[in-house]
Amino acid sequence: MSDPRTTELTNVSTTVLGADEIILNMGPQHPSTHGVLRVKLKLDGERVVDSECIIGYLHRGVEKIAEHRSYQQFAPYVDRMDYVAAVSNGLGYCEAVEKLLGTEAPLRARVVRTILTELQRIASHLLWLGTHALDIGALTPVFYCFREREEILKIFEKYCGARLTTHAFRIGGLQYETYDGFEQDVKRFCDDFTHRIDEYETLLTENRIWVGRTKGVGILSAADAIALGVTGPVLRASGVKWDLRTAMPYAAYDLYKFEIPTRETGDTYDRYVVRMEEMRQSRLICLQAIENIPTGPIMARIGKVLKPPPGEVYHSIEAPKGELGYYIVSDGTTQPYRVRVRPPSFINLQAFDKMARGSLVADVVAIIGTIDIVLGEVDR
Amino acid sequence: MANDPSEKDPASKPPASGAEGKPAAQKPAEPPQVPAAAANPPATPEVPAAKPAAPSATSPTTPAVPGAPAAKPTAPAAPKAAAPPPKEPAIKPLPLDNELVQRLKARFGDAIREATLDRKQAIVTIAVDQLREISRYCRDDEKFDMLVDLTAVDWPKREKRFDVILILYSFAKNERVRLKAHAGESEQVPSVCEIWPAANWLERECYDMFGMVFEGHPKLTRILMPDEWQGYPLRKDYDILKQDTDWVRENLGIESGQ
Repeated sequence: MSDPRTTELTNVSTTVLGADEIILNMGPQHPSTHGVLRVKLKLDGERVVDSECIIGYLHRGVEKIAEHRSYQQFAPYVDRMDYVAAVSNGLGYCEAVEKLLGTEAPLRARVVRTILTELQRIASHLLWLGTHALDIGALTPVFYCFREREEILKIFEKYCGARLTTHAFRIGGLQYETYDGFEQDVKRFCDDFTHRIDEYETLLTENRIWVGRTKGVGILSAADAIALGVTGPVLRASGVKWDLRTAMPYAAYDLYKFEIPTRETGDTYDRYVVRMEEMRQSRLICLQAIENIPTGPIMARIGKVLKPPPGEVYHSIEAPKGELGYYIVSDGTTQPYRVRVRPPSFINLQAFDKMARGSLVADVVAIIGTIDIVLGEVDR
Repeated sequence: MANDPSEKDPASKPPASGAEGKPAAQKPAEPPQVPAAAANPPATPEVPAAKPAAPSATSPTTPAVPGAPAAKPTAPAAPKAAAPPPKEPAIKPLPLDNELVQRLKARFGDAIREATLDRKQAIVTIAVDQLREISRYCRDDEKFDMLVDLTAVDWPKREKRFDVILILYSFAKNERVRLKAHAGESEQVPSVCEIWPAANWLERECYDMFGMVFEGHPKLTRILMPDEWQGYPLRKDYDILKQDTDWVRENLGIESGQ
């Protein structure tokens, strides 16, 4: 109530602006902003003429915390950034520290990591699909998506005991061996899942309401996307065939064959198609990987006290939302001197203004959904 | 790896799927002590547990983490070797002199202070007042079309306490380069917003967290912290328990957020 920004807003709208433009506040408590995003929209009738994202409501100072924890102690914190894709966060962090140490996880660990990360990508995309469709008015998909996501979370739970903030990986490899029947569980899920995606597609892909609400909405050109640093499915839907899994392979992605789906227009519908296809490709990667999980150790010999030699490293992975990077500076002690997270949601959200200008108020909901942000990662 | 400009492999263009160059390229990166330790594993009964898919779901925890690497091949059973052997760090920044650095030096001369290769990643240290010109050159002539990240590091004991870090990526070359510039506390850093619009929020975050002022930024305000917050949380002299007590009292109605 006493938020000074709100009062400032009221003053602005009555004194400075003309009568034909209004400012509409959307969020931070709004069902379709996926958390605590606040968007200040300047409207001319139903058209958005200007927008501003106000973020930081979930800021916890993750980067500051990192400077006061040892390398291993900080690993669980990264799960709390993009909390719907915790496994991907963990992979990026562990690999970054391994790079800093000059070591690499054993092949078996890297393959298991790849499988779990791809399952996580499917889970993250499913959550996105369900909520995005719900925002636009399709009530059914969310139930189906959560049903399949549940199967993935069960696999995580059986593997490491946690469903969301998993802390599945350790620096140097894995803490846990895969459980009995891991391959069968993944295979069963993958075999089943291909029909499930078809089901979602029958609900949406040619649905006239869905197409009407998404085609031509929130267009982002490839040049704009690159200039704004946008990565992930949003970039690929704009026609840039770029994916870190093939551009700079990490984990065990160089062992598997998969396609990088792209589209041309860069609208909300294209981003939908790209993510649907990505789920199919992730499924194929999982199937290839469980075919032959190499035997061997799951942990590199790194010692219990990690003291990376002084220096710095930047390592990034293709998280479900885009390029998730860790820039870590070591001063040779057991605690990182600086950890910088390059959050894909934060940088992709910056493109919101570009996408939203000129669109209708109702489409703002679709545009927020299509960027696929998680506020825990935007604010850190 | 692909980050290394000197190891450019034309085959590893972005669209190429399933590149195979990685394992081979990764090998030389391993520090010498790793093969040494691997060739001589500590003779403890824990070792077998780190083997194949032995489905002992009960407690693979401790065995999976072998003790600290033995100091030398001659002393394999030294379980108390918690302190790593005091030797020259196996990994350290090396001077870098590739074509990109040569072109930069030819064009900007003394503004290119240093070029190093740390863990196979290129870092070019530049003069802060030339940041915008060098950035523009990197984007237009060297095709580093994407600003991946812009951040800062605080070194309070140094004369110029801040490092401004720009991580650039080139789609055409599939490589990254890191530009680094030292900036004093009261020194203004040229904004690169007009070169890469992506820098807008990133520079705001730097200002928010470190108090660095970006000259030429369209709207340099706090982004994550509340607008009225006093202090810059990511500075090293900002204690982790520190807070803006007045702000907390006034806006949250509590004595302390701790």
